[in-house]
Amino acid sequence: MMRREQILNGAVLLGLIAVPLWAWSSGEPFIITLATKVAVLGLAGVGLNIALGTGGLVSLGHAAFFGIGGYAMGILASHAQQYVPLFEWPLLVEGTKSMPVIWLVAIVFSGLAALLIGALSLRTSGVYFIMITLAFAQMLYYFAISWPAYGGEDGMAIYVRNSFPGLNTLDPIQFFAITFVILCMTLWFNARLVRSPFGTALAAARQNAERVEAVGIDPYKLRLAAFVISGMITGLAGALFADLNRFVSPTMFGWHLSGELIVFVILGGTGRLLGPVVGAAIFITLEHVLGGISEYWQIFLGVLLLGVVLVARGGVIAVIAGKGVAHD
Amino acid sequence: MTIILLIEQVLNGLQFGVMLFLMAAGLTLVFGVMGLINLAHGSLYMVGAFAAAAVAGATGSFLLAMAAALGAAAIAGVIVEMLVIRRLYDRDHLDQVLATFALILIFSEGTRWIFGSFPLYLNIPPYLSGPITLPGDIQYPLYRLVIIGVGLLVAAGLFLLISRTRLGIRIRAGESDREMIAALGVNISVLYTIVFALGAALAGLAGALVGAIQSVQVGMGEPVLILAFVVIVIGGIGSITGALVGSLLVGLTDTLGRTLLPVLFGTFMEASAATTVGAAIASMLIYILMAVVLIFRPTGLYGAR
Repeated sequence: MMRREQILNGAVLLGLIAVPLWAWSSGEPFIITLATKVAVLGLAGVGLNIALGTGGLVSLGHAAFFGIGGYAMGILASHAQQYVPLFEWPLLVEGTKSMPVIWLVAIVFSGLAALLIGALSLRTSGVYFIMITLAFAQMLYYFAISWPAYGGEDGMAIYVRNSFPGLNTLDPIQFFAITFVILCMTLWFNARLVRSPFGTALAAARQNAERVEAVGIDPYKLRLAAFVISGMITGLAGALFADLNRFVSPTMFGWHLSGELIVFVILGGTGRLLGPVVGAAIFITLEHVLGGISEYWQIFLGVLLLGVVLVARGGVIAVIAGKGVAHD
Repeated sequence: MTIILLIEQVLNGLQFGVMLFLMAAGLTLVFGVMGLINLAHGSLYMVGAFAAAAVAGATGSFLLAMAAALGAAAIAGVIVEMLVIRRLYDRDHLDQVLATFALILIFSEGTRWIFGSFPLYLNIPPYLSGPITLPGDIQYPLYRLVIIGVGLLVAAGLFLLISRTRLGIRIRAGESDREMIAALGVNISVLYTIVFALGAALAGLAGALVGAIQSVQVGMGEPVLILAFVVIVIGGIGSITGALVGSLLVGLTDTLGRTLLPVLFGTFMEASAATTVGAAIASMLIYILMAVVLIFRPTGLYGAR
C-alpha cells in the first residue's frame, strides 16, 4: 500500500510539472498561473498538514501565518517601490524586492507569530484549540483592516513582481519553477521530518499523549515546535501567493482561507505527504471548471465536501492508494 | 467624553452583548449536549434574517417577520440536523469542522442564488422606532432597548427551561452522561434534534433582530459566529451562565474599547495618530481579553474541567 502511495505521489508531482509545461508550449499562460496557484496553496497546506495531520492539532487559524507571509512581502516591496525606508532608527532598514530576503523575513515573522499563538493556544485542546486559533487569525484580520498604513481594507498592489537572481520572475513558467522547487524541497523536508525521532514522537503524542509523557517527552514542547514549523511553511507560501497575485489584502488573513487550507488537507488525505497538494489541485480545478458552469459553484463544492466527510473518509489518496497511512 | 455618551455606549455594548448571547447560547448548548462544533450556526442566523426580511417585505408586519425568523431557522435547523449533523456526533472535531464548513458554503451560495447578491433591508416598525428619553435626559433608540429587553427575556426563559422543566433536566442529563439517559428510555435522537432546533431558532431570532439595524446580506453570520466562539471560549464551553457573562463582557469590551481607546491614546498622542492606533487596538481588544482569560483559566470562566 505504501508503494502505491509513493507511485501516486510521483505521478502527482509529474502531473504538476507536465500541465504547465504543456500550457507553456501551447501558449496558455493562464493554465500556468493555475498550476502555480496549486503549488503555492499546496505548500500552505503542506505546512498545515504538519500540525494537523502529523500532530493532530486542528488549527482553524493558519490564515494568520499565510497573511503574515503575504504582508511581509507587501510591506517590504511597497517600501522598496516607493524608496522609503521601513525604519531609520535605531538602524536603517530599507524595503527590498529580492525574493530570497522576503522569504526569509516571511518565515521568521510567521514563525515568531506561530510561537506566540501556539504557546497560548496549546494550553488548551480539542474545540478550544480550534476556536482559539480561529480567533487569533481573526484578530490579525481586523488589525490588517484597521491599520491604514498598508492599505487597510483595500489591501495594496505591488506593481512589479519581486526578483530572483538569474531568473525573470515575470515569465509565468519561470515563476512556476521557483514555486515548484520550493514545494519539492519542503516535501522532502516534510518526509524527513515525519521519519525523524521528532516526527515519530509528534505522531505518538497525537495518538497517545500520556504514553509520550510517560517516556519523558513533553508533548507541549513537541506540539509547539511542530506548530512553529507548520506556521513558517504556511508563511512562506503566503509570501509566494502575494507575489503570484502581486497584491496583498486582509482576505489573506480571512477565516475562509483557514477553512480552505483544512479542506485541501482533508480532501487529499490527512497526514499524507502529498495530500494537501492533491487537495489543492482538486479544489482549484473544481473552482476553474465549476466556476465556468455556474456562478454558484461553491454549492457543488459544499456538497462534494460533505460527501468526502460523510462517505469517502480518508480523502482521495486513501481511495486510490488504500487506507493504511504510511507513517502511523 | 461626557457621561451621557458613556452611558449610551454602555447601552450599545449591552445590546451587542445580548445579541451575542442569543448566538452563543445555541452554540454552547449544542456543544455541551452533543459535543458538536457547529461552524454553520452563523448560517442559521443568516436564514433568520433573510426569512424576516422576506416576510416583512411581503406582509409588512414586523411581528410576523420575527415569527418567520424563529420558524425558518428552527426548520432549517431540524432539516440540517436530520440530514447531516446527526451523522457527525460520534466523529472527531475535524470532521465536524469540515462538514459544517461545507454547510456554510451551501447555505451562503444557496441564499445568494435565491435572493441575489444585493443586501435586503428590514425596517424597524414605527411603534419601535425613534429615540426614547431615559432618566437623566439621555436620548436612546427605543429599538435597541427592545433588543436588550428581548435578549434578557430569552436568557431568563432559557435559564428557567434548563433548571425547571423536564426538557431542561434531560438536556442537563445529556450533558453529563448521554449513554445513561438513553438507557433510561429517553429518546436521545429526538432530544438532540430539539436542542439543535432550539439553538437554531435563537440564532435566527438574533439575525432578524440585528437585520433591522444593519443590512441583511449573505455572509452576515460569519463575523458574529466568530465572536460567539470567542464568547463561549471566554465563558467556558457548555455553560449557559458562561455564555451570558462572556457575551456581556465581549459586547461591553468591544463597544467601550472602540469609543474609549482613541480618547485614551489622545491624552498622550497626536489626535490623528491616536485615532488610528486606538481603532486598531480596539479591533483586537476582545481577542486580547480572550487570551488573558485563557492564560488564567484555560477552560474559560465557567468551564467544567
